[in-house]
Amino acid sequence: MKLPVLIRLLRAPATAGDYALADWDMILRQAVSANLTASLWAAMDQAGVLERIPAPARTHLDWSRRLAERHSAAVCWEVAKIAEALRTVDTPFILLKGAAYVMARLPAARGRLFSDVDIMVPRERLLDVEGALMMHGWMSEKQDAYDQRYYRDWMHELPPMRNVRRSTTIDVHHAILPPTARAHPDSALLRSAAVDLEHAGAGVQVLSPTDMVLHSATHLFFDGEFDHGLRDMVDLDRLLRQFGSDPAFWSALPGRAAQLELARPLFYALRYVRLLFGTPVPPAVMVEVDRLGRPGAAMLKLMDAMFERTLVPPHASCSDRWTGAARFCLYVRGNWLRMPPLMLMRHLFHKAFLSSKTTPLA
Amino acid sequence: MTTVASLPAGALEALLAGPGLYLHTGPFINHITADNAPIAAGIARMYGDYRVAESTAFADFHVHFDSAAPWRRWWHRQVRFSHDGFRPFAPLPREQGFAMFEWMLNWCVSSRAHDYLIIHAAVVEKNGCAAVLPAPPGSGKSTLCAALVHRGWRLLSDELALVRLADGLIVPLPRPISLKNVSIDVMRAYLDAPVFSTPVGSTHKGTVAHLKAPADSVARSDDTAHPAWVIFPKYAPGEAAVLTPMPRARAFMELADNAFNFSMLGGAGFDAMGDLIERSDAYRFRYSVLDEAIDVFAELARRRP
Repeated sequence: MKLPVLIRLLRAPATAGDYALADWDMILRQAVSANLTASLWAAMDQAGVLERIPAPARTHLDWSRRLAERHSAAVCWEVAKIAEALRTVDTPFILLKGAAYVMARLPAARGRLFSDVDIMVPRERLLDVEGALMMHGWMSEKQDAYDQRYYRDWMHELPPMRNVRRSTTIDVHHAILPPTARAHPDSALLRSAAVDLEHAGAGVQVLSPTDMVLHSATHLFFDGEFDHGLRDMVDLDRLLRQFGSDPAFWSALPGRAAQLELARPLFYALRYVRLLFGTPVPPAVMVEVDRLGRPGAAMLKLMDAMFERTLVPPHASCSDRWTGAARFCLYVRGNWLRMPPLMLMRHLFHKAFLSSKTTPLA
Repeated sequence: MTTVASLPAGALEALLAGPGLYLHTGPFINHITADNAPIAAGIARMYGDYRVAESTAFADFHVHFDSAAPWRRWWHRQVRFSHDGFRPFAPLPREQGFAMFEWMLNWCVSSRAHDYLIIHAAVVEKNGCAAVLPAPPGSGKSTLCAALVHRGWRLLSDELALVRLADGLIVPLPRPISLKNVSIDVMRAYLDAPVFSTPVGSTHKGTVAHLKAPADSVARSDDTAHPAWVIFPKYAPGEAAVLTPMPRARAFMELADNAFNFSMLGGAGFDAMGDLIERSDAYRFRYSVLDEAIDVFAELARRRP
């Protein structure tokens, strides 16, 4: 697979000075399309190669640096406000994805941009959490009765809530996959392994390292939309490199995946992160994950063809004539994985005709 | 040095329809492709003095304008903008193409160029000193700006004041001046043979036309200026031209209200704004007769050492 120039650079940041101005034009265009400009700046800064980059391109990276710094400060503030709101509920909440990386001060956080804060709480405390958030200025975004039911009954989260003062959004989950999905990672297991973040405040937690990696893999490989695909692969690469320095992490990973019914997304995650970034994974772990999660040969060939086209930047320079079809197939697959067929049909029918008064189909 | 006007006949259209025109505007290079006749005509008429980039290796913004769906080339014709494949806005009627072009070039800068504090304001300069003229739409800022730059002042910008964070200097971004409704007729009468784009009615701002930027202002695109005055203009029919000094704190707050990325820049934005206010005299300005306004500004420049 010929890798786009952005990925070739991210694999080997020290080579930044080898690229001419015209290459940098393309690198930046791909980065903008993948929402990775700030991550690119972070990678270049980390490798100490900013001075070797042609000035016009370096200016663009500087634009992104300011964005990243502002974003990071905003996230810290937002998490503090959420912790303040949830103090009365007296249950710890787990930060997920970008907010987790930032608050846990992981390398994956540098330059990582995202638009919502995601948290996970026990299902039985969901209404209390919603109440506490409302008391502190968050309001449910979707008011339609169908949307409310879609989220509460079928999905694994409250409808997104928007803070009226700061216009920030919070997604409150009780699981990392919908109850209707084909895998059922037990939230209680995730919660029992969660790690306290004392410096972030009382009640603030993040997932354990293995669970953080598994969640990232699940979020990506159960999803239908891949505009953030490369960004999520960058996360996985960084998480694996950081946690992978501890042998105990690797020995626990395959078993934990099996326990949470997430062996398949882990298989894809490790396969493609090695393909794109050459992330070091112990051979023994690959063998075990292979055994637990590898799909059939025909399916794998199909998945390779589709993911090779959707995990690259969503930019014209990285597309071929099959890219559109690949995206469509993965969109259908994503929904298929999250909902049984009859329900999916009903959901799509309702969405297509937008009627809030029809009685549900049998 | 190649300017748009010096391109051979047909070359501009060929570039826009093909590999793209690489156009310098202020500190930025725009890579422009367009399948829209009003845009091609507008660029030919308004951008003759602007430099075509020597090299096509790099552009700051990659902008593309087309007709949206194929049938939109002939039926309820439209123009649609994309920033390198990303389409943030709904299409507009085809004849608004050049106005959309101007708005989108502004959008690219104001949403991305974060090594500047970017204020929604006109900027004019005399003797190295710059007057920043912020104003909400409809306050007569552009009309005043258009008059000043034909009466001894240099145009740095009509819409976007770029205050460089590194040193607080104002960086020029001279572009066509956008005028609306009555102002178009006022300027036709006031100026000597002004060059306008084709006026377009029924935009969300009313009738819009653009006035070509003075050639000298475009030629001096690399000459920065020190901020000296912050002047909030307000067209007030029947009133004499009056400058009223403004308390610095109030000027700071109102200027911040007009800054696109003030909040985004956080502490650096606050410092840059404070710096700008400290270096400048702040005024409110009411006027109705352009010649009177010109005299007031000329007096300001005279008093400045």
